[in-house]
Amino acid sequence: MKTKRSISDTTILLTITIVVFFAMYIGAMLFQGKGFLKLQTFFNILNANAALILMACGLTLVMIIGSIDISVGGVAALVSMCCAVYLDRNVLNPEQNLTPGSVFVSMLIALGIGLAYGLIQGYLIAYLDIQPFIVSLAGMFFARGMTTIVHTNPFNVENKAFNELKEPIRIAFLGTVNKKGNLVPAKIEVGVFVALLAVLVLFFVLRYTKLGRAFYAVGGNRTSALMLGINVKRTKFFAHLMCGILAGLGGYVYFLHVGSGAASHASGAEMNAIASSIIGGTMLTGGVGNIIGTLFGVLSLATIQSIVSSAGFDQAWWTGITVAGMLCLFLVVQSVVIARKKKSLKKQA
Amino acid sequence: MGNEVLKMRGIDKVFPGVRALQNVDFTLCKGEIHALMGENGAGKSTLIKVLTGVYPKDGGDIFLGENLEPVTIKSPQDAQNQGISTVYQEITLCPNLSVAENMFIGRQKGSIQNWKKMNEAAGAILNELTIPAKPTQQLASCSIAVQQMVAIARAVDMDCKVLILDEPTSSLDEQEVEKLFKLMRDLKAKGVGIIFVTHFLDQVYEVCDKITVLRDGQLVGEYEIKDLPRVQLVSKMLGKELDDMSDIKSENATYEKKEGETPVFTAKNLSSTEAVHPFDFHINKGEVNGFTGLLGSGRSECVRAIFGADRNLSGEKTKDGKQVKISKPIDAMKKGIAYLPEDRKVDGIVGDLSVRDNIVLAYQVLKGALHPFSKAEAYKFADEYIKLLDIKTASADTPIKSLSGGNQQKVILARWLLTHPDYLILDEPTRGIDVGTKVDIQKLVLKLASEGMAVTFISSETDEMLRTCSRLIVMRDRHVVGELTGDDLNQNKIMSTIAGGEKNE
Repeated sequence: MKTKRSISDTTILLTITIVVFFAMYIGAMLFQGKGFLKLQTFFNILNANAALILMACGLTLVMIIGSIDISVGGVAALVSMCCAVYLDRNVLNPEQNLTPGSVFVSMLIALGIGLAYGLIQGYLIAYLDIQPFIVSLAGMFFARGMTTIVHTNPFNVENKAFNELKEPIRIAFLGTVNKKGNLVPAKIEVGVFVALLAVLVLFFVLRYTKLGRAFYAVGGNRTSALMLGINVKRTKFFAHLMCGILAGLGGYVYFLHVGSGAASHASGAEMNAIASSIIGGTMLTGGVGNIIGTLFGVLSLATIQSIVSSAGFDQAWWTGITVAGMLCLFLVVQSVVIARKKKSLKKQA
Repeated sequence: MGNEVLKMRGIDKVFPGVRALQNVDFTLCKGEIHALMGENGAGKSTLIKVLTGVYPKDGGDIFLGENLEPVTIKSPQDAQNQGISTVYQEITLCPNLSVAENMFIGRQKGSIQNWKKMNEAAGAILNELTIPAKPTQQLASCSIAVQQMVAIARAVDMDCKVLILDEPTSSLDEQEVEKLFKLMRDLKAKGVGIIFVTHFLDQVYEVCDKITVLRDGQLVGEYEIKDLPRVQLVSKMLGKELDDMSDIKSENATYEKKEGETPVFTAKNLSSTEAVHPFDFHINKGEVNGFTGLLGSGRSECVRAIFGADRNLSGEKTKDGKQVKISKPIDAMKKGIAYLPEDRKVDGIVGDLSVRDNIVLAYQVLKGALHPFSKAEAYKFADEYIKLLDIKTASADTPIKSLSGGNQQKVILARWLLTHPDYLILDEPTRGIDVGTKVDIQKLVLKLASEGMAVTFISSETDEMLRTCSRLIVMRDRHVVGELTGDDLNQNKIMSTIAGGEKNE
């Protein structure tokens, strides 16, 4: 019996996402005109969304195991505020004129918060079997609350070392020559490299490690995974742990991009992260998803936002409506494609 | 014998309210195929799950290996590592992963996945066992039977001392079962101890060496296969002498057919979205007929088309001589047709509801939500049918999921009988249930027919079909290829019709 080469659901959804992203970007180039023709526009999208890429990666991991985490935005805000207060200690004690904190320690703080969130939420969800939605809802409220307790008012960070790190890296060979004939180098922030590195690492983890494959197995069928000899609880724990760390990292990259601390930072980021994952072909039901897809999911989302704002509809609700429309479109396309594939298989049989 | 590989002594397991296992002993030798038999609820599955670490045991000891060292098995993973591999009745694989991954996940060393090596190894095994699947194929795209074979391939590839097969054959057709038996004999020759759980007596007598019988969570005994004739095995499982099963047809009074009576139901040129080729069908009052054919030949699809469970593409249906339109199950129910679906876990029971609620469900739907019947009526109906069908349940309030498979099936049957259908369709009503209940259901079918009900009966077991049906419709590759009645109703004739030796066209 000859079986036709069959493509996995993950691959199909990934292809759809990438095609749609390119179609959209090329469409924007053709109809929106000049802005999108510049390479720097693309880099700006990356700069502004590096943090979202990291958070969405974390969400993709937990969604693959069939779980969810809505605390990532809160964690990002908490990380920004804690790091901001640490780096610019004079905010809390204006008279004393303290020496500013070191950038390295602020990174440790960010990772520490992410790690703590991952450990605690992971433990509650994996080992005590509490609903992930409830656990991370509580986590989100806690993070937002703590942010306000640490410091109430938004402020910009004054710290020399930090501000140096914050400056975009100028890359000459990606630059363009302007009308006057001068070379304008491309400006890319450090966070973008962190995010892309994370995407590469996670791609490797999901595809080529036993842990990554266990994520898919647990998401596909929990009971079966257990019977197949996978440690389901540990697998779930690791997914949430990694999501927590990525949220901490994402928080720091966010902080690096905005350079300020505020209780309202990254509000709604968790929802954007979930939306990006879904656009990227991750299914909420678990077992299907791809980290490259998530990268393109974030880029698609961001491209839509820049198209909407460059077209002059600057109000936030326009973006909201477009994103909603796009989500619906993606979900419909996904289910249609998968249903058609199932049908053609049935006919074959 | 001295070459024992597994010894379980005094195993106890208590679930809330039930003592599932009481002081059970089990011994398995190297290179033997050992059948574990018992009615549903006898504790076979529980014993297996204790052995594979799914449930912790509440008492007793397990000894494993050459030296019979005492072991504790904490999880299925642990069981695998200790050399116990298992194929479960329900397919416990991940549909979203590839075939090769399903064969190897959870049992490789190291933490890096080598796709190339894994696919090659999987390909070799699939080839050796002639399983029609590709290593890189997504599991969900394989048929159920192939998935089950993949699960078996996974289990036998493990370097195991003990192989447990928990009803692996219920979704396989005869050829595949034959393949499995060959595999089992090969492994036996290599010295693997095999525990084989099944409901099919034929299969037990074909491959097994020894039988251990459980009843109500207790050990009845261990027997050499040659010392235990079938009748005795069945009576040991049931704990009572069994009626002669072959005679049940003649015991019952048959319904006297009047001349010129219109058929209860007819269908002409019927076909559905599930790729059934157009077929004609009719059934008379008091008749039991059946669809037979190999697995996947379209037996279930035919009755689903009749009931309107799958969307019809063409065809005309009449009920009691009048033309009717049945496009949804509710239409069929209103016309007095009842359908007991094939997979009771998915299509039938509502697990968390009580036995009573499950019984009155269809009747309630039929009457409509605006015409509720009183609680007293519901109590009366439920009690009546629990008694009529001899459903073993603690009370009518017990959630149905805590009943054994056979009793769940009876509850579903009660549900449909309560709607007082003229035409009852039973799709595999006896799959996965014990011999005693099987006979009960067969008798019930004949009794209902003798009272004038038309029944369509589908079963994978030809014996059972021959015993109950007076007319058989034979299917092959989603075509109706023949109809057998009277003297033609025998194994050979069915086989030759299925095989296409004589087409009745």
